Amino acid sequence: MSRLGYAGREMSDLWPRIEPLLAQVEKPARYIGMERGSVRPHHEVRRAAFLLIYPDTYEIGLPNQGLQILYEILNERPDAVAERAYAPWTDMEASMRASGLPLFSVDTHRAARDFDVLAFNLSAELVYTNLLNLVDLAGVAVRNEHRQPCDPIVIAGGHCAYNPEPLAEYVDAFVIGDGEEVIGEIADVVGAWKRGGRASRQAVLRDLATIPGVYVPSMYDVDYDGQFIREVRPRFDDVPAVVDKRTVADLADWPYPKRQLVPLVEVVHDRLNVEIFRGCTRGCRFCQAGMITRPVRERPEAQVRTMVRDGLARTGYDEVALTSLSSADFSGIEGVVADLVNDQVGTGGVSVSLPSLRVDAFSVKIATEIQKVRRTGLTFAPEAGSWRLRQVINKLILEEDLYSAVDAAYSQGWRRVKLYFLTGLPTEMDEDTMGIAQLANNVVDIGRRYTKQASCTVSVGGFVPKPHTPFQWFGQNGVGELTRKISLLRTATRGTRAQVKWHDPRATFAEGIVSRGDRRIGRVIETVWRAGGTFQEWSEHFSLDRWTDAMAAHGLDPDWYVTRHRSRDEVLPWDHIAAGLHHDFLWDDWQAALAAHGLPDCRWTPCYDCGVCTDYALEHVVASPLAPAGGSQGTGQDLRGGADTPVRFLGAKPSGVASMGAPT
Amino acid sequence: MRGGAANPVRLRYTKRGKVRWISHRDVARALERAFRISELPLAFTEGFSPRPKVSFGLALSTGHESDAEYLDLVFAEEVDLGPLSVSLTEALPEGMAVTGAVPLLERAPALQEAVTAVVWQVEPVTADGAPIDASQLAAHVVRALELPTLPTARRRKGRDVEEDVLPFIRRCELRETNPVSVEMELTTQPRSAKPGDILAGIARATDLPGGLAEARVLRTHQWIERDGTRLEPLVADTRPRALEARAS
Repeated sequence: MSRLGYAGREMSDLWPRIEPLLAQVEKPARYIGMERGSVRPHHEVRRAAFLLIYPDTYEIGLPNQGLQILYEILNERPDAVAERAYAPWTDMEASMRASGLPLFSVDTHRAARDFDVLAFNLSAELVYTNLLNLVDLAGVAVRNEHRQPCDPIVIAGGHCAYNPEPLAEYVDAFVIGDGEEVIGEIADVVGAWKRGGRASRQAVLRDLATIPGVYVPSMYDVDYDGQFIREVRPRFDDVPAVVDKRTVADLADWPYPKRQLVPLVEVVHDRLNVEIFRGCTRGCRFCQAGMITRPVRERPEAQVRTMVRDGLARTGYDEVALTSLSSADFSGIEGVVADLVNDQVGTGGVSVSLPSLRVDAFSVKIATEIQKVRRTGLTFAPEAGSWRLRQVINKLILEEDLYSAVDAAYSQGWRRVKLYFLTGLPTEMDEDTMGIAQLANNVVDIGRRYTKQASCTVSVGGFVPKPHTPFQWFGQNGVGELTRKISLLRTATRGTRAQVKWHDPRATFAEGIVSRGDRRIGRVIETVWRAGGTFQEWSEHFSLDRWTDAMAAHGLDPDWYVTRHRSRDEVLPWDHIAAGLHHDFLWDDWQAALAAHGLPDCRWTPCYDCGVCTDYALEHVVASPLAPAGGSQGTGQDLRGGADTPVRFLGAKPSGVASMGAPT
Repeated sequence: MRGGAANPVRLRYTKRGKVRWISHRDVARALERAFRISELPLAFTEGFSPRPKVSFGLALSTGHESDAEYLDLVFAEEVDLGPLSVSLTEALPEGMAVTGAVPLLERAPALQEAVTAVVWQVEPVTADGAPIDASQLAAHVVRALELPTLPTARRRKGRDVEEDVLPFIRRCELRETNPVSVEMELTTQPRSAKPGDILAGIARATDLPGGLAEARVLRTHQWIERDGTRLEPLVADTRPRALEARAS
């Protein structure tokens, strides 16, 4: 490649070189683009070019709403263009490397190096080796320090960016929080760099570091005290000591995607997806999404209806999902669902799905409304097998709630109930595990009253503590302990109609290494990648040995990272990244968890000052001030259950306690 | 169908360019979405899981192109077939275009049984993908067609079987295109063979150095032969449009 300035380089369509490879690979349509809604933008020097990359297969990555939103927002700008790329499957990657073909965009089949920014979405830790692989496949040095001044800038966002440290040496800049607004500020800085012939990499990184919500790891030094971090310090005065997340105050301002992509091959979530609200304050303590996306911001009901109507007409989909972290909590959910279902009479039908249903009869009622015929399976997520443990995790579902929901489901014609649980939760004992079996068996018994075919699937995932949650200090269960609990559960359900499925505890362990990892884990990720460890989310490609070997090669102790309990005063690797949650709030909530004390949902009750709204001058955007079904946790119960000391509401708001349905 | 008269229709469509890499199943889904986008009222089957009443012709392999794909379907109400091609094409991916629509007789034989021959235009290359010398290839094709059999290793139902592909060949001739192409007409009843099988059979039976493989494959025609006449599927089993107005 010539050493011409960036602007002088010819961009080329690689399609003639890609097409001959396609006859030999699985699912060649992964690589052709051409989705309805996609664009073929015109690249010019005055337009900053973003390649938006999902570091997993096309089928997993295409539906990602975050990337689709950014794709539209950038392409609407006169000074930016955006295209997309996904991880080629191993067969295609081998063909590409054998014929010297770099990573390419699916929109115009342009080489990744022709873009100014390689922007990755990070939704799971085990895809990090794919990120390195894709940067390498793009023809760009994998480590920041080895990149040339004119190389594209490597950016990453998404939920995993809230602990950016494991990729600090591999990603030039991280975006923390909602991307809708900050992407424009980034485009301004990158555009100026591009028009200047991609001259100074240091200068553009420094400019990026001053954008609120952008973290440039090379602008920070990490001091260690033995194994522990002493301090993370910015190297320059204009670089913030703590990077605060970005939050879109009102979802109504961002009705995206307006032109959702319709893939030609089947993908996951292959339907119209309309985000009805963002954020969740149910307060489940294991849930990183619920902690980092606060506050709750509902989309106006009228806008939801418009997006559904226009989206269905434009895409031709016959299914729409109303997405959020807990869709039954949307203020206008009953009306929206009823109208959607009734509007469709006589058109061949559009089905509606609500991911993340609550465990209560109200949710079943809505599901009944949606599923007029063919009621096969319904999924609930009690997450833990006993009321005590559900108080620990603040998923305040009484056993009666579950049974009444299940009874409603079977009585309305459903035949299969699927229950999601986590295992390896803080304070978990064998009686909690046995409680899962007991719940499942009781669920089958209820179902048998209505149909002989009643069955119950129990799906168990190993718990990985996540940054910015009250459980961030908890020592994760090791492989042996998780395996023991799973086999306990399998034994307890043997010979029953309850079927147990579980996630591989070894993959859970590897995820644990990265989830709370620090900068030193970066070299481990690189070693795993160099040993061929791509597609680690795929069981056929995953091997824990690669990870433990890499840890050993770098002199790191996996248990120190995974199974060790952290103390209150330990500097955590992500302490310089802020989701707005006060350290004291998280710690007190962790202590409340250990005491099995629940906490109400603050969108319907007085504020307990977790820090997000007060620090960032935000507020909940909720159409109805009334909590559903008589309680702020939505299940008609107060927060007494079992705890003999009062629930502690954090912050100096004791007067709020009485009105929160607190202990009697 | 909700009581109303059946309105069976036959469509012809293309699959050209990049979209050739989508599977038969993907084509079916793209067409179903296109009907919804165009707000064309497909009739649905009764029962717990209603399916649109559509019936495809012979499947086209992923990677092959076509100017002659057919689809039979039933509309729930009468549809003006005039603007239909334009509106469906607009709703389909680039490279797929509806090029004809005719009213079909009720209970017309299914396309998969009715079609008896298919014409292909194939660009051959060596097994390694290298270009082929046209005059050399011409000699081998002529020689192959004079042989009593053309045994070929084919993959059928997941198994490698040895089969004589000569009986499938109606016609096989070189075309002076650039690059050179082979036009072949193959029978499809009771079973069909793929153009690649024919090329492999020719190369093997005549010891063609380097072997033969397909680079680009285009289906140009499908034919329904009945009572000594050969009909394009848009002509066979179709209702005259005049009857359409007052069918009931």
